[in-house]
Amino acid sequence: MAFSPSPVNWLKRHLVVIAGLLTLAYLLLPNVVVTVFSFNKPNGRFNYEWQQFSTDAWKDPCGVAGLCGSLSLSLQIALWATLGATALGTAIAFALVRYRFRARGTINSLIFLPMAMPEVVMAASLLTLFLNMGARLGFWTILIAHITFCLSFVVTAVKARVMSMDPRLEQAAQDLYAGPFQTFVRVTLPIAAPGIAAGALLAFALSFDDFIITNFNAGSTVTFPMFVWGSAQRGTPVQINVIGTAMFVVAVLFVLVSMVIGNRRNRRTA
Amino acid sequence: MTTNSTKNQTAATDGGGDVRLTGITKTYGSFTAVHPLDLTVPQGSFFALLGASGCGKTTTLRMIAGLEEPSGGTVHLGDQDVTALPPYKRPVNTVFQSYALFPHLDIYENVAFGLRRRGIKSVKKQVGEMLDLVQLGEQARRKPHQLSGGQQQRVAVARALINHPKVLLLDEPLGALDLKLRRQMQLELKRIQTEVGITFVHVTHDQEEAMTMADQVAVMNAGRVEQLGTPADLYENPRTTFTANFLGTSNLIEAEVDTRSGDDVVVRAAGDKLVLPGARCSAPAKAGGTVLVGVRPEKISLTHADDAGSVPEGRNRITGRISNTSFIGVSTQYVVDCAACPEFEVYVQNIDRDARLAPGAEVVLHWNPAHTFGLDAAQDIDAGVAEGEAA
Repeated sequence: MAFSPSPVNWLKRHLVVIAGLLTLAYLLLPNVVVTVFSFNKPNGRFNYEWQQFSTDAWKDPCGVAGLCGSLSLSLQIALWATLGATALGTAIAFALVRYRFRARGTINSLIFLPMAMPEVVMAASLLTLFLNMGARLGFWTILIAHITFCLSFVVTAVKARVMSMDPRLEQAAQDLYAGPFQTFVRVTLPIAAPGIAAGALLAFALSFDDFIITNFNAGSTVTFPMFVWGSAQRGTPVQINVIGTAMFVVAVLFVLVSMVIGNRRNRRTA
Repeated sequence: MTTNSTKNQTAATDGGGDVRLTGITKTYGSFTAVHPLDLTVPQGSFFALLGASGCGKTTTLRMIAGLEEPSGGTVHLGDQDVTALPPYKRPVNTVFQSYALFPHLDIYENVAFGLRRRGIKSVKKQVGEMLDLVQLGEQARRKPHQLSGGQQQRVAVARALINHPKVLLLDEPLGALDLKLRRQMQLELKRIQTEVGITFVHVTHDQEEAMTMADQVAVMNAGRVEQLGTPADLYENPRTTFTANFLGTSNLIEAEVDTRSGDDVVVRAAGDKLVLPGARCSAPAKAGGTVLVGVRPEKISLTHADDAGSVPEGRNRITGRISNTSFIGVSTQYVVDCAACPEFEVYVQNIDRDARLAPGAEVVLHWNPAHTFGLDAAQDIDAGVAEGEAA
């Protein structure tokens, strides 16, 4: 009597798998709902009840006034904020790990502050700062705010990578006739690249869907998250679900492609 | 391309590949890692810097490589003063401790790195030959982490050697390998050095490694070179207690100088009269002064006290009692308690074993006076003992 095929035993053996699948379903269900309702043809302004299948919204994603404009603005801001935060954050991370200077410890802890601070607090203080400076709220204030809060995430990601780097690798490069610039491009950067890439992806995701800080500092400019929020007051166009689904698919494709590339590289070198 | 052509020019004009350090020194704040040091490494030689950790040997090596800026003094390669040159402009390459292979490049690209940085386009032939020299042709497309420790070590050597440096610097290159592999790599490195004829400067804390591989050894201690010479010379004629204890084992006895008779110095240690050649005494041997008399454990013969009469005349002799023996196989190691020296070590080859030589037995220790050396008694008699054992 080693094993009885009773349902209780079956449950016991597969408990971990079942729990995992349930968690996955819990996480993915909202995405499924968004996708399903992107094919809806609602009666009236609100897209909350299933009426009938239609691909109208997919055929005309920019059919709602202001939607594609806000989307393109959000993408632009996310792109520039990612570039800015990644460049600055990488430099800061290298400085913090490689150099000993006064106030290094203070900067090390200050860098974490934007991550720990409630977003409303940061949003309000940035707004105060911009108003006191007499800055006109819009694209540039949003961009500056986004770089500010993305910075700490990039620094954290890159710092971890740089800290685990052997300084002798750069010395070896110098010993092998690589000048400072060549050493940085050929050795330092490629080895730090995974950390920098992780930081950049994080920055892009954070910037793209930020609402609170953006809402405080946008003035009359409307980003995509603000557009969604605004339209939800008056009615939700199906196009919002279309854009949401498209972004989800792009993200999943991105992950799949990078996995395939990683696997192929491993197989080649093994 | 420019760096390459200048390099070739300098190689053609100054010819010599000697490494000359003149008054070179390195201080970190109030700590002096290397005291002003003069050292010449002849071209084409296999030179070892030997010492315990923290003695300044690696700092000296890094100053030759340009990775450490000296606080004073100059570094010459041949006739060229390279003191102010950054590492990437020196015709010197290094095999780093734990190798420092580039993890994001495969073996081929690791080896080709130096050539490519000098603007050489067609590297295929050279890289192939170099990988063959270190027997890694099959592994060219693998990443460093997929190789064993010994293979990684060979890649590090190939990566440095392919540039035909004037000097190859090796920073404890075998430290991370297990004993058997280390012996094998010692021979391998020696073979490569003989084949390519490049000057090797090898830093190690392993006295056996230094002695088996190097033509010349500089023994370093606390930022200074204690003694410089061939392995045999250092072993047979140590001039300081540190060298005597760090390289192998020495029995050191404090003795009072009695007389000088011709070329010999006669000393007294706890009633025993000992003779040593004046030429082998590095201390001023004035009558009435003290010297440290030294003799290596394997030079000594052991005779049971009952046969004391059979000891030939003219040999240095000391009496004592065996306190400990350990059988090693080829030899037996005895520790003898003497009046002059409480722990006298004697290694005897197991040719005819005398069963009476057991702990507690009274014995006569005797050796050829020519094998005795004399050291300045003002030094610490135990200098280098612990370091030698740790290594």
